Amino acid sequence: MHKKVIQKYAVNLAGVVAVFLLILLLMGMGVVNNYMTGILIFTGINIIMAASLNLATGYLGQLVLGHAGFMAIGAYAAALFALNTEMPDLPTLVGGMAIGGAVAGLFGILIGIPALRLRGDYLGIVTLGFGEIIRIALLNLPFTGGAAGLRRIPKLVNFNILYVAVVLTITFLFLFVRSRHGRAIHSIKEDEIAAESVGIPTTFYKVYGFAVSAFLAGVGGSLFAFYQSILDPRKFTFMLSVEFFIIVVLGGMGSITGTILAALLLSFANEFLYSVENFRLVIYALLLITMMIFKPDGLLGTREFSLNGLLDRVKTLVGKSFPKSKR
Amino acid sequence: MPLLDVKEIGITFGGLRAVGNFSIQLEPGELVGLIGPNGAGKTTIFNMLTGVYKPTEGEIRISGRLANGKKPYQIVNEGVARTFQNIRLFKNLTVLDNIKTAFHKDMRYSTVEAVLRLPAFWREEAEIDRKARELLGLFNMEEDADTIAANMPYGKQRKLEICRALATSPQMLFLDEPAAGMNPQETRELMNTIHFIRDKFKVAILLIEHDMSLVMGICERLVVIDYGMIIAKGKPEEIKTNKKVIEAYLGS
Repeated sequence: MHKKVIQKYAVNLAGVVAVFLLILLLMGMGVVNNYMTGILIFTGINIIMAASLNLATGYLGQLVLGHAGFMAIGAYAAALFALNTEMPDLPTLVGGMAIGGAVAGLFGILIGIPALRLRGDYLGIVTLGFGEIIRIALLNLPFTGGAAGLRRIPKLVNFNILYVAVVLTITFLFLFVRSRHGRAIHSIKEDEIAAESVGIPTTFYKVYGFAVSAFLAGVGGSLFAFYQSILDPRKFTFMLSVEFFIIVVLGGMGSITGTILAALLLSFANEFLYSVENFRLVIYALLLITMMIFKPDGLLGTREFSLNGLLDRVKTLVGKSFPKSKR
Repeated sequence: MPLLDVKEIGITFGGLRAVGNFSIQLEPGELVGLIGPNGAGKTTIFNMLTGVYKPTEGEIRISGRLANGKKPYQIVNEGVARTFQNIRLFKNLTVLDNIKTAFHKDMRYSTVEAVLRLPAFWREEAEIDRKARELLGLFNMEEDADTIAANMPYGKQRKLEICRALATSPQMLFLDEPAAGMNPQETRELMNTIHFIRDKFKVAILLIEHDMSLVMGICERLVVIDYGMIIAKGKPEEIKTNKKVIEAYLGS
């Protein structure tokens, strides 16, 4: 491995740790109280959900409107696993996340094979229907607790664990999209016929990208279950899928850092908008319309925020203002 | 054994027989032109040969192996590459990434190796980075490596598409109207490029073209079709004076 690469990874790691320590410090000082920590945790789950949706929508280019369905599958699978096994906390958490992700990923494959033959709006409608089917199924299946939901799920997720999960998810996504697999997935969004004509098995990669997206949504769902400790099928409605979709569109399709930014923005905006509950969705809509007019590609478009890029720019700035005197 | 051996293929859409009884052989290193008036079925033939359409009759053999019903990406693995009449690039990717995508089939590392950035990832990525830049260099485009494909001038986009097709290391290259939209100067350059490709990469080239000066200038053999049927075959000089061809093009 090149020295440069290691250096870049080190910078990113340092940035991630610095943000973590900063939040811990703010918590210690009482600036970030329990209530705000709660918001942060939900924001983290939203980031995982929206970033995973961005893989299917922003990179693979497929309109997916049932992401809450995969989240629900992951949440219920993880919860049922935890409720039916007696294990220490950490194995339960990790096992629950793995099972939640795996079951959701499996559903991703099962839904993806027939559904991904469709394109655009039609795929949107099918995935929307899928999300609703999952919700109705969870209401009526014998082992999901019906409308009363699942209760007494062990509360295993705190801020620290969630932060690690978010970092791992984002890192995974970055490494994944910047590989031959990511290139193949991206090329399908750009031009499916051309992708096929240069030897990309497009059907395989469509299902694959969709399944990875569903897998991560399942992981997000399992984290949700282990934080909420109560699951109610009514949470996983079409509107929740739309919220994830809005985050992706606002952040920029094909920009993972954009998704993080948009998730932070919307989650905190949401909190303030609760005081005007009735107008919340109106303001949402206005926000989106404004963005479509002035910034149709989303906040970051397809660009990514890069700590290394920022450092380089600072370096050149410093270099310009303090030119070295030797010639 | 010919590289490409097509025996009496045809395709029917609903009740319309778009192409019928089409046969052609391609030997290694040959440069053959496929011409005909608009709507004659040239692109349909390309689409059958590259697996986009499945012929309803006849058989296609590539290096002796039956290729009917194979998917387009499988045909690529058999050593056939193509370009499109209306350029199809990955518009929002860089020139370099356009080429790298085409190396996909030569790469082996798994998702796990990619995500954990194991040595196989670095080795293969470095290898295709080198190969892709080398390929761009052959076409004098190494300086454009980091340009977004959509921002390139039209002529270079054409070149990039050919370049991307060559990245799949084909034995046969199908060019669908490469000179469409080019001015005479660019067309002359294109002729040189096509010759260069054939000599450098040792590929057989099948060319659909409207520009008669280009076709007559470089093709060793021509196949003329009209209404989905072959109406003439032969050397450019023979085709030029063929009555049926003149009729098809000029309308009697």
